[in-house]
Parts: sequence; C-alpha cells; structure tokens
Amino acid sequence: MGASYGRGGATQYLQDLANSDCIVIQGSNMAECHPVGFQWVEEAKQRGARVIHVDPRFTRTSAVADRHIPIRAGSDIVLLGALINHVLSKDLWFQEYVRNYTNASFLVSEKFLDTEDLDGLFSGYDEELTAYDMSSWAYQSSDPGAAEGGEGADSLGGENAKADKAQEQDEDSDSSPGTIGSADSSHPHGQTQSGASSGESHGSGGPSLEHARVKRDETLQDPRCVFQLLKKHYARYTPEMVKRICGIDEEDFAYLADSLASNSGRDRTSAFCYAVGWTQHTDGVQIIRTAAILQLLLGNVGRPGGGIMALRGHASIQGSTDIPTLYNILPGYLPMPLAGQQDDWDTYINSIGNKKQKGFWANSDAYMVCLMKSWWGDAATKENDWAFNYLPKLTGAHGTYQTVMSMMHGGVGGYFIVGQNPAVGSANGRLQRLGMAKLDWLVVRDFQLIESATWWKDGPEIESGELETEKIGTEVFFLPAATHTEKAGSFTQTQRLLQWRDKAVNPPGDAQSDLQFFYLLGQKIRQRVADSGDPRDRPLLDLTWDYPVDDEGEIVPQSVLREINGRHLAGPKAGQMLGSYLDMKADGSTSGGCWIYTGVYADSVNHAADRVSRHDQDDVAAKWGWAWPANRRILYNRASADPDGKPWSERKKLVWWDPDEKKWTGKDVPDFVPTTAPDYRAPEDAGGPEALDGNDPFVMQADGKGWLFAPRGLVDGPLPTHYEANESPVPNPLYGQQSNPTRVTFPGKRNLFAGAGRVRGTEVFPFVFTTYRLTEHHTAGGMSRWLPYLSELQPEMFCEVSPELAAERGLEPYGWATIVSPRAVIEARVLVTERMTPLEINGQTVHQVGVPYHWATGGTSAVVHGDSANDLIGIVLDPNVQIQESKVGSCDIRPGRRPTGPGREALLEEYQQRAGLIPGTSNQSLGKAHRADDPRRSEENGEEARQ
Amino acid sequence: MKLGKTFLEWPVIRQVRDRDLLGRGPAVTSPTTRQIRPRIEDADTVVNSICPYCAVGCAQKVWAKDGKVIHIEGDDNSPISRGRLCPKGSASEQLVNSQSRLTSVKYRRPYGTDWEDLDLETATDMIADRFVATRKKYWQEQDDKGHTNLHRTMGIALLGGATLDNEENYLIKKLFTAAGAIQIENQARI
Repeated sequence: MGASYGRGGATQYLQDLANSDCIVIQGSNMAECHPVGFQWVEEAKQRGARVIHVDPRFTRTSAVADRHIPIRAGSDIVLLGALINHVLSKDLWFQEYVRNYTNASFLVSEKFLDTEDLDGLFSGYDEELTAYDMSSWAYQSSDPGAAEGGEGADSLGGENAKADKAQEQDEDSDSSPGTIGSADSSHPHGQTQSGASSGESHGSGGPSLEHARVKRDETLQDPRCVFQLLKKHYARYTPEMVKRICGIDEEDFAYLADSLASNSGRDRTSAFCYAVGWTQHTDGVQIIRTAAILQLLLGNVGRPGGGIMALRGHASIQGSTDIPTLYNILPGYLPMPLAGQQDDWDTYINSIGNKKQKGFWANSDAYMVCLMKSWWGDAATKENDWAFNYLPKLTGAHGTYQTVMSMMHGGVGGYFIVGQNPAVGSANGRLQRLGMAKLDWLVVRDFQLIESATWWKDGPEIESGELETEKIGTEVFFLPAATHTEKAGSFTQTQRLLQWRDKAVNPPGDAQSDLQFFYLLGQKIRQRVADSGDPRDRPLLDLTWDYPVDDEGEIVPQSVLREINGRHLAGPKAGQMLGSYLDMKADGSTSGGCWIYTGVYADSVNHAADRVSRHDQDDVAAKWGWAWPANRRILYNRASADPDGKPWSERKKLVWWDPDEKKWTGKDVPDFVPTTAPDYRAPEDAGGPEALDGNDPFVMQADGKGWLFAPRGLVDGPLPTHYEANESPVPNPLYGQQSNPTRVTFPGKRNLFAGAGRVRGTEVFPFVFTTYRLTEHHTAGGMSRWLPYLSELQPEMFCEVSPELAAERGLEPYGWATIVSPRAVIEARVLVTERMTPLEINGQTVHQVGVPYHWATGGTSAVVHGDSANDLIGIVLDPNVQIQESKVGSCDIRPGRRPTGPGREALLEEYQQRAGLIPGTSNQSLGKAHRADDPRRSEENGEEARQ
Repeated sequence: MKLGKTFLEWPVIRQVRDRDLLGRGPAVTSPTTRQIRPRIEDADTVVNSICPYCAVGCAQKVWAKDGKVIHIEGDDNSPISRGRLCPKGSASEQLVNSQSRLTSVKYRRPYGTDWEDLDLETATDMIADRFVATRKKYWQEQDDKGHTNLHRTMGIALLGGATLDNEENYLIKKLFTAAGAIQIENQARI
C-alpha cells in the first residue's frame, strides 16, 4: 500500500468497518484469527452490509459471510484484476474521484512496454541481473529540461544488484548435481530495493520523484495515459479467465463484482480486509496493490467504511516496522543507507524525498536530522553531516533468510532470538536449525524452553541422526523474559494505534524485560570499548544511552517513548516535547527518534495511555490511545470530501472544508495541510507540503495522487500482473512467463522445489498445500502450546482434505496421513471435510490441502507436540519485501504415519529422485511453463537443470 | 436443628422474605454459593493492559495480589474490543503464571549434552564479551565488490518477535546500528 497511497499502514480503524456497505475478506480468516476485531464486520452486517469471503478454505469467517467463494491459493491477482477490468469496461468507476485524486491522467514514457507487449515482462528487464531497470516506467515530464526517468536510486539499483551476485546459497554445492542456478539465482536484487525503493521502505512516504511536473491528459484518452494503460493491461483478465485460473464460476464472480460496484460511490463505501493470505507470496506486495488500485477506481479510499484493513498477526507487528527491528529501514521508514548509492548525506537525503517533490516526504531531511540528534546528541552536527558516517551501510538484502544462508557458511557468529521461534515459525525449519548448529553462540529470550532453544538436544535432526549433540559447538544462553504484565510499554496494533500497558507486577526470579536486558547489555558493551581509540567504536561511545532508572534499577520506559517523540533542543522551548512532526527542524535544534510517532508525548502527556471510555466519546474514539500520524484514524481523509471540499454525501461525511473558518475540519484529524483550500493550485516551482494542490489527498506521495500506476517504488512492475507461485502445478495461462521474474530464490539441495507447470516430475507432488492459523494457537506456539487451556482445545496437528481427495488417496477420517513436499516429510491427523473444495483449473482438477503450522516436536516441556508445517515450505521470497511464499506449495499426501529415524530422510530422497529435483528446478527467473503435451518437455527440463 | 430455623428456611418463606418471587435469585442460593467471592475482591492493584497475542489490541484489566497476577479480563471501556477477549486472550493468565515457565538462566556449553545453571549477571557479562569479540572478528570496512566505508559487522544477527514493545524495538535498533550490526530482523518479515 505504501507505493499506492504513500503509507504502508491500514487505511482505517477496525471500528470503521461497521460503516461499510460491503466488506470483502480475502487472504484472511478474520473470524478465527482476529475474532474480537471481527465483531465490527458482524456489526456492519447487522446494519445491512454484505460480507463476502474469498478463501481456499471454508472457515468460520465463511460461515457467517453472505457468501464464500473458494479460490485457488495464489491466484488472487487474476480475480482482483478481473474486477478492475469489470469496473473499467462497464464504466463503473467513480469518475470525479478518479480524475481528481489519482494519477489516471498522467502520461507515461513512450519507452514503457507492458506485459501485454512482452508476454509477461515489463520493459527494462535485465536477464543477467534478473531485475528491472525502472527508468522506462517514468512519467512524461512537462518540463523540457527534466530528464525522463529516474536517475535516482532505482536505476542505480541494477548496478548494485550486479555487484552483489552470488551471495549466499545453500551450502553443499558438493552434492548438487551441477552447481546450477547458483550465482545467478542466489539473488541479490532485493538489495536494489533495500535502499530506496522497496515496498517496505514506503511505510510512510511514497517513492521519490524528481519533481511533480508531469504531462497529463485530462480527457483520459491518450493511449499513454495511466488510465488507458490500465485498461489495456487488464483487458484479458476476464470472468472466463477467473474461472480458468482461480476456479471461481461466473455467477460467483458476477455476485462479487456487482456487490462491490453497487456499494461504492458517493453514498456508499466498500472495504477490503486482508492478512498474510496476501503477503506470503512471491507477488504478495502486488496482490495488495491490485486491491489498492481497485479501491481507488471505486473511490473507496480515505472515506468512512472504505479502505483496506491490513490485519497484522501479532501484537506489535505494525510497531515493529514503524520502529523497525528490520535490516533495511530506520525508524519512521527512513531507509538504511546503501553503499555505492547513498554514500554521503546529500545523496542519501535526496533519494528519500526530493525537495522539489510534493508533500510531507520532501521534509525527510528534518526527520533524519532529528533521528541522528536523538541517537548521537551533540556528536551529530551539521559539520559532520549529522554523524552520517556512524551509520553502517547495506550492500544488499540482509533479511532473515539471507542471514540463515550465511549461517550455513559459518558467516554469522552470534544470534539473538527475542520472543520468536524460527525453528518452527520460519520457512524451511530444517535450514533454520542447521544454520543455528553452525553458530558460535546463540541467545534465546523467552518464557519457555521453545524449540529454537532446544534443537541441539531434541530437534528433528537429532532424532534422524543428521545432527549429533556432542558434535554441535554452538553455545546457548537461555534467558527468561518478562511477560506483558510485568513491564510497561506500548504496542502499535493493526490500525496504527499505540496503546500503553501499565506494569502490574515485577517479573519473577531472573526474568527481565527486553528493554532492561538490552539497556544493560548496551552499558556493558560500552564499558568494554570505553578506552578504545578505534574510530569504529565512536558510534557506540557517542551513543545517547543515559536513561533514567527507577528505585529497582530498571530503565524507565516512558523516557524511551519521550525520546522517540522528540524535543526542542534550543530556543525558548528548549527541553519541551515536540507537538507534531511539523515542529521538526533540519538545523539540529530539535530531536525525535521516530518522526511518525511525534505527538504521542505532546505536552509531556503519554497519549498512548489515553483511556477515555468508549461510553464517553464518539465513534472515532480519538481519546483512546494515539494513532500515527498525528492521531489520524482514517488516512487520506481529504478524499472523504469532493474536489470542492464538501462531503460526497451526508451519509459518508468525515472531513470537509469550512469556507468561513478557511480550514479543514470534521470528525477526524484532517490528513491534509489544514489551511490549503480545495481550489488552491500551487505554483510550478513549489516543493514540499506547499506544493500540494487543494485536490492532492495523498500527502505522502511525491505527486499528491493515489497511484493506479506506480512509476517507481516496486521492483517487479508498475502494474500488478498474475504470475504463478514458484511451485505450482498450473502453467500460467495468461503469459509465457510462469512466475515472478524478479522473485528471490536460494537454490540448494535442502531448499528444493517441485517443477512449475507440467514439467516432468510435477505429478510426484500433485497437490497444493496452504498453511494457516487456528484461533486457539498462536504462530509457532511459544505462547500457546505451553498453556493447558489452549492445548486442550487444539491438541493435535492435523490437515484438512476434501472427501474427494480422501477417497483418491485412501485417507481415513481421524487417521494419520503423511505429507511430503520437496523439502520435508511430516505427519498429521486427517480431517476430511467439505470445507476443502477441489477446483477445476485450466481443465485439470486441483486438490488443496490445508495445514495449520503451530506444532513442533522436541521442546519437551510443551503440553502438546506435533510435526511442523513450516518444514514443508521452501525459501523463495517476494522481491519487494523479502517475505517468503508460505501460502502455496506442492505436496503429496498418503495414508499412515511417517517413518522415524533415518527412514524419514530416505522417504524424502526417494520422492526427490522420482521427481528429478535438482537445485535449479523452478528457480530459473525467466521461464515458460512447459505444457504436458510438449514432446520436448523432458529435454527442456534437463536443459533447465543444466543452465 | 431448631424447628423455627427449619420453618423459616422453607423455600416459599425465603422467596417472600428475599422478594425473590420467581425463586431464581437469592432465595435459592446454597451456603456455598453465598460464600463465593469474586477472585478480584481482595486484589491489591488493577492496571490497564493490552492483550499480547494478535494485533487487534484488545484492552485487558490485570489484577494482582502479593506481587502476583491473579486475574485478567477484557476491559469494557475499549472502543475496539468492547470488553471481549478471544480464547487466547482469555487464557493469558496461564501464559503469565505457567507452571513450566522458566525464571532462571539456562546455559549449554559448546558440545554440552545438557543445560547448566548460570546466574544472570554472569550470563549478561559473557554475552557482552562475545558481542564485542564477534563484532570485531566479523568487522567489514570494505567488501570484495569494491564498496568502502561500510562500518559494519556481519557476525551478529537478531530476530525479534512482534510482542516486543516499541520502546524495546527502539533500543535494539539503536544499539545494534551503533554497533554496526545490520542483520536485525523481526517477525514482521515472516
């Protein structure tokens, strides 16, 4: 969403779903995974809204929806693209909204070529780098002096990608039949993006543009305008194609399309809800973007009951990206600098937000200076470029999966695991465990002895004999952690809302909050380098680390939130808290650790702890917690009013222009320059917030508009395009290009993939599996499998299969089944249920198998045990955000329990050999699907393998 | 047993006396029921909290007595959750007071076959020593691709869960970035 709207967060608040007239839940089982949030969907339904659930499985969400539409996992873009086509070709789009608030009229470079022209590729694809040069996707400039295309980070990205070829791959090239795929596919170009253009770095600020002077055609007739390009791109996404690829019949499609179209417009709004059913794909970002485009066309963004609700899965997932423990960004979505591209302060700042572009991202220099002042205080000065040199530089993707690959080579010495259980919760659990066996030391901070702490003693590889405890040199520290009741602090939940928790009791025994542990660790590390003259230790020694402590010697958490908020450092207000990010200065007179959170401590009040009861305030509930940015509850809410500043309708009134007071007002905090009138048109040479016209609601975008077409910011294309999953039994019926040509692959013998399309061997893994959660367990189980209540409610690992598949494979209800993927063999109890529907795809029947992923073996103190579904999953990533594809994989299923000991590995090898799998299989970036009737298919497959 | 008491305890008398004419209230409570007290009645404190499971952010009230959590329930004041909790949120008292929860440090030495005990201060010192040494050992100023001024160490990685507070994430990112340790990741990626 960052690339479409300018911010990556949910556009609205959960309660606002009650204002929707139609809610489409896709890529989420909201009733079971976010049960309490789902009450607002129920509320909407009681007020007359229509609720539709699109999901491979019939779940409790489907049970209370008006209709459940089963879909093949991984085909979402076809369905959403067909909805776009429907809305465009039937003239159902919200004309006034689209013309004014989106980039529909903008002209795109003559050099741009669409996937329709290149059979599944956009212009600019570099086969060697397996990455795009995005310069041909740029807008046409109305300024004759301006270069067309980006000279900034994006186009330089390719070069960087090249330099970073052949980083990590799965270790044993020795045993691979040939060193296939290696250099080429071990892939790099996540890197390109990590600097300035990845989807994630647009969490609160769209991609940079040189300027905002763009050629337009207000009639929307020019064949180079975004509107016409969009029409052409989706013309073949038809109801027939939906039937063929998604397995959705035409009546279901018509119902969905009519429901959305008739519930959008001046008087009505529709909302989408999604969760990891959309993100965990090799084209996950693009799935979300397809919905974002559709919502723009229907005029459902920035309005009550509209928008896209991103349902995060864990208490502070949103917070963990806002203030990231992520490699590629700094707090507030400022990028980590990229070596070779952002080597000095000026280049770095200009690549984030150019001073000449529109909106609040043009002030990124102030946000960055404030961060540096918060971290390095007086040591950050204008003269030393605010200590820019203290920041380490990235050279590529350094995500968790790249790190695991590096571990396999002995490239990582120490690893901290803090409240996470990668041995169970990350894709390809076996590689996670084998990687940890090569560390020098490992620190696990948790409540219980989770599997990531005990794999050296009782993990699956110990049982199979692949690892021997006595031969593992990893030193392991298990440190007990404090629970949420034993420490004060704030979580940022799914609607960008910070909510403070008070401390109820002290942690027991040696248990400690993570805040206290890292505070003390920081002190001890600084003591150890205190006398060092080495310049590399200056960033540690100059770091501001003097936090106040309470009577028990514990760091005061409020002091950290105050630092995050920022303060005036000079002038008459010196020492006072900043009121909003508008107070931030680029001259060093203010500080602030995360600009989007500035205001949470305005007037020295902890607004995250605001707790005015819902009984004592209106529905927007602005006095409960604090939402970034500036306590706005619905983003882009300028768009809730028409171009003249009047509400689109009385029913959907939220924010409007008050002509008497000459300012924006309403029920929510206006997400706009408060005094910019609707008819204001900024001068040509303006930059920043002053350059926003009165009809530019997307204030974080470089051109102020919602992006139907993304000229920058996404590494795999300016328009979402359907590609098959890395592992899919179906050839891509839309294009010759089978899978996302920029996906990130890690070929290796422990990360094998089944063939795509119908190459030889796909019949060995004929079924599609998809993973999911249950209400009664939580992620990798660290917070649920040790609880007797929850374990009793869901005691055993199981899989869901349709009666047809059960009959085909002889699976007994409640008996055992063995599931084999190209990576692992696991066992599960069988649940035969009509909730799973076999789908007719492209003339073949596709069976889907559902597997929850909460269980693990080992970890003997847990109440319940079972095999881990994530062992089945291979590591292949979305190129924009480096998230793994865990929602679609290929498998076989057979009755009975799996072998134990070495027999388990033997069974896996038998499957791999039968399917002819080698590390190159399905890992070629470019590639057509091979048709079953193609006589050359086996040879081609062999050739593919030798490349 | 006295005749009078027995007579006065007749159901119909109790119903009239207690104004419980339908016999569904105090007139039909047993002595045991009458002695039942809410478990929060003699709690020392109650504080505002937020559920640590999914990201809906349901509000919780946490009651404590003698330094121990005794009860957790939904907070009706929340505009988001309206007092409700799901099975996980409702079970969170068990998360906090779990019998199997560890409250002391466990240490496994290289090639060791079992856990050993270690005190917290020693463990933190050992980790700090290793952090400094590993940082140095894997330090990178340039790479073989010609990049210079990298100022980083590739030897230290971190994977955080998303029950970390904003303040915790902030300190981790700040400390690790200053130390040049770039490989910081979070469940948010997974």
